[in-house]
Amino acid sequence: MKRAGFAVTWLPMLLLLPQLSIIAVFFYWPAAHAVHSSFFLQDPFGFGSTFVGLDNYTDLLGNAQYMKVAGFTVVFTLLVTFFSLAIALLLAVKADTVLRGAKTYRTLLMWVYAVAPPVAGVIGILMFDQSHGPLTEFFNSLGWEFKLGVNYNDTAFAMVVVSVWKQIPVNFIFLLSGLQSIPKSVREAALIDNRSASGRFWDVTFPLLAPTGFFLLIMNITYSLFDTFGVIDTVVKGEPGNNPMSLVYKVYVDGFRGNDLGGSSAQSVVLMVLVLALTIFQFRLVERRIHYT
Amino acid sequence: MKINFALAAAAAFGLSAPAFAETEITWWHAMGGALGETVNQIAADFNASQDDYTITPIFKGTYEETLTAGIAAFRAGEQPNIMQVFDAGAATVIGAKGATVAVEDLMKDNGVEFDINDYIAGVRYFFADNDGKMIGMPFNSSTPIMYFNEDALAKAGVEAPATWEEFASVTAPALKEAGYVPLSQSHLPWIFTENFFSRHDIQFANNNNGYDAPATEIKVNHPAIKAHFQALVDWKDAGLFEWYGTGWGDNAAPFENGEVAMWLGSSGSFGGLLKKVDFPFSAAKLPYWEAVTTEPKQTFIGGAALFAMAGKSAEENKATAEFFRFLTSENTQYFWHQQTGYVPITEAAYDVAKKDGHYDRFPAAEVGIEQLSLEAGEFTKGYRMGFYVQIRDVMNREYGRILTGETDVDTAFEAIEAEANKLLARFAKTQG
Repeated sequence: MKRAGFAVTWLPMLLLLPQLSIIAVFFYWPAAHAVHSSFFLQDPFGFGSTFVGLDNYTDLLGNAQYMKVAGFTVVFTLLVTFFSLAIALLLAVKADTVLRGAKTYRTLLMWVYAVAPPVAGVIGILMFDQSHGPLTEFFNSLGWEFKLGVNYNDTAFAMVVVSVWKQIPVNFIFLLSGLQSIPKSVREAALIDNRSASGRFWDVTFPLLAPTGFFLLIMNITYSLFDTFGVIDTVVKGEPGNNPMSLVYKVYVDGFRGNDLGGSSAQSVVLMVLVLALTIFQFRLVERRIHYT
Repeated sequence: MKINFALAAAAAFGLSAPAFAETEITWWHAMGGALGETVNQIAADFNASQDDYTITPIFKGTYEETLTAGIAAFRAGEQPNIMQVFDAGAATVIGAKGATVAVEDLMKDNGVEFDINDYIAGVRYFFADNDGKMIGMPFNSSTPIMYFNEDALAKAGVEAPATWEEFASVTAPALKEAGYVPLSQSHLPWIFTENFFSRHDIQFANNNNGYDAPATEIKVNHPAIKAHFQALVDWKDAGLFEWYGTGWGDNAAPFENGEVAMWLGSSGSFGGLLKKVDFPFSAAKLPYWEAVTTEPKQTFIGGAALFAMAGKSAEENKATAEFFRFLTSENTQYFWHQQTGYVPITEAAYDVAKKDGHYDRFPAAEVGIEQLSLEAGEFTKGYRMGFYVQIRDVMNREYGRILTGETDVDTAFEAIEAEANKLLARFAKTQG
């Protein structure tokens, strides 16, 4: 096969330039700015600032509350990622085997994808509302005194449920198309070799889904860490109080509401490093086990 | 082509010429919903009242969002002429010398009469500096008061309590007996902390509550307030008080739908309640602990003030001053007071409301202003603490934990004290 390429070096550079400059202006420049201001304590209006070295970072690490938020974020991310992938996979496998009315069924499942996160949050609050939420009433009838916004665990539960619910459709779409791209011949061969449906699924289907699954894993972790902001904001109504919040939400609370620019910058830098580490870890360790066909 | 261009230019000039005569100013505020409509009405009335100035009010979201937007705009040199800043943001905006023009200076420099004594006692100094110079013009001034469901109280055969002792021994048990949740409140840091200190005249922060010099120590860990929160826990266990979370509306809703008999809210909630509830309601002053003081003092104003941003032309500042003149006029204040329930900020406007019989029709509307006109104490002027928005967040968190039984009162107040002092120290460093 003939290898396509550029004869000159300046042309590819030129073609890359727009993209690179957008990345530089919108990603690297603000990131550098955040790193810079994380070493200062700044008057919100910009009249005074003091260089404090690593104080903003040591304050964070020595702060039990920040650690609690970090702990919650980890648990929240694991739960949201696991459940949104698992439930979507279950739905996709079932949808894949449906023959009659398959299109309607799939469309109905995909609809939720069009709901914006804050709207999902609002719907969530309506469902979990303290006095007349249908889910609250349901839990109460089971003897579980569910109290959104009062009880830490109940609020966390609602946040996870709403976030998972919001993410399932995206995962479903990807997993379903992943399933449908598995060659029929492979499935038929598996049918002969293995009578157990679950055995066929774990030995044949699941590994073939791995590339899609890996992509979704990264997307879902990013989603749980960052995109759930809207859900959390609507659930706590802008006043976290004793309710749980994620690291990203804390950056907002301290930086945008509290005007602590230095502290909030340090928090964003910590997040950047976390995401960087996570990405490296995933690509180094997880991707090796995946076979792209 | 040239002729066409000249014609177009002439036409454009001809059309826009009248606009040049008017000085345009902008006003960023956080008044949504019905309040926003009233704000727009005031602006429209001002624009219609004269030909020289045009004011454009712009809604920027919550108080915090408005402050943040204003700060960002100021740093970019695009600040509005007038920015609304809420109570907790006062230290931030007043601490930033050069960000705003003191209202008192602005008025005097532009030939608008100003005498701080024209304002009702409770609103004079909250947004003033330590020399008593008014920096921000109190706009939507409110104070916490106790609303009560008249039917509920009649059914239980009790009156609104004046003291917490009375509440605990007489009012609450009777209301509970009558099938009501006796009490809920919105905003623990505002009502049960800041105003608790003011009502009982207890020092809230060192350096004269932060007026003499930036506060470096919060005095929140005080036996009187700890006893109060212990009482709340006990009342909650006994079914005499309920807490529905940190959200303002979560605590107001059960009162509005008749479940809760008495609700501590803002005097500014009056207008909204009138529209929402279908039972007769009235209000009383915030109760106090007789065990702590026998001479309860006035409370702080909450709500927000309007600040004239620095860096504007003399002409625009003149327009801002004229707008403030209009805003503080008796009729505008009375209109605002009637529509919203926020207190009229001047004595003159209060008199107009009295003469007009407003309080005969709605006795509840006068409670806030009466409370603000009570005798002042040493520590009832206000408080100034940097990063106070975050300090409130810490309070909200710990209070929530107290009321859900996750922590006890002593531990919670120690935590608030420690974290708040850390925040105050951090804020001191931002001043460079």
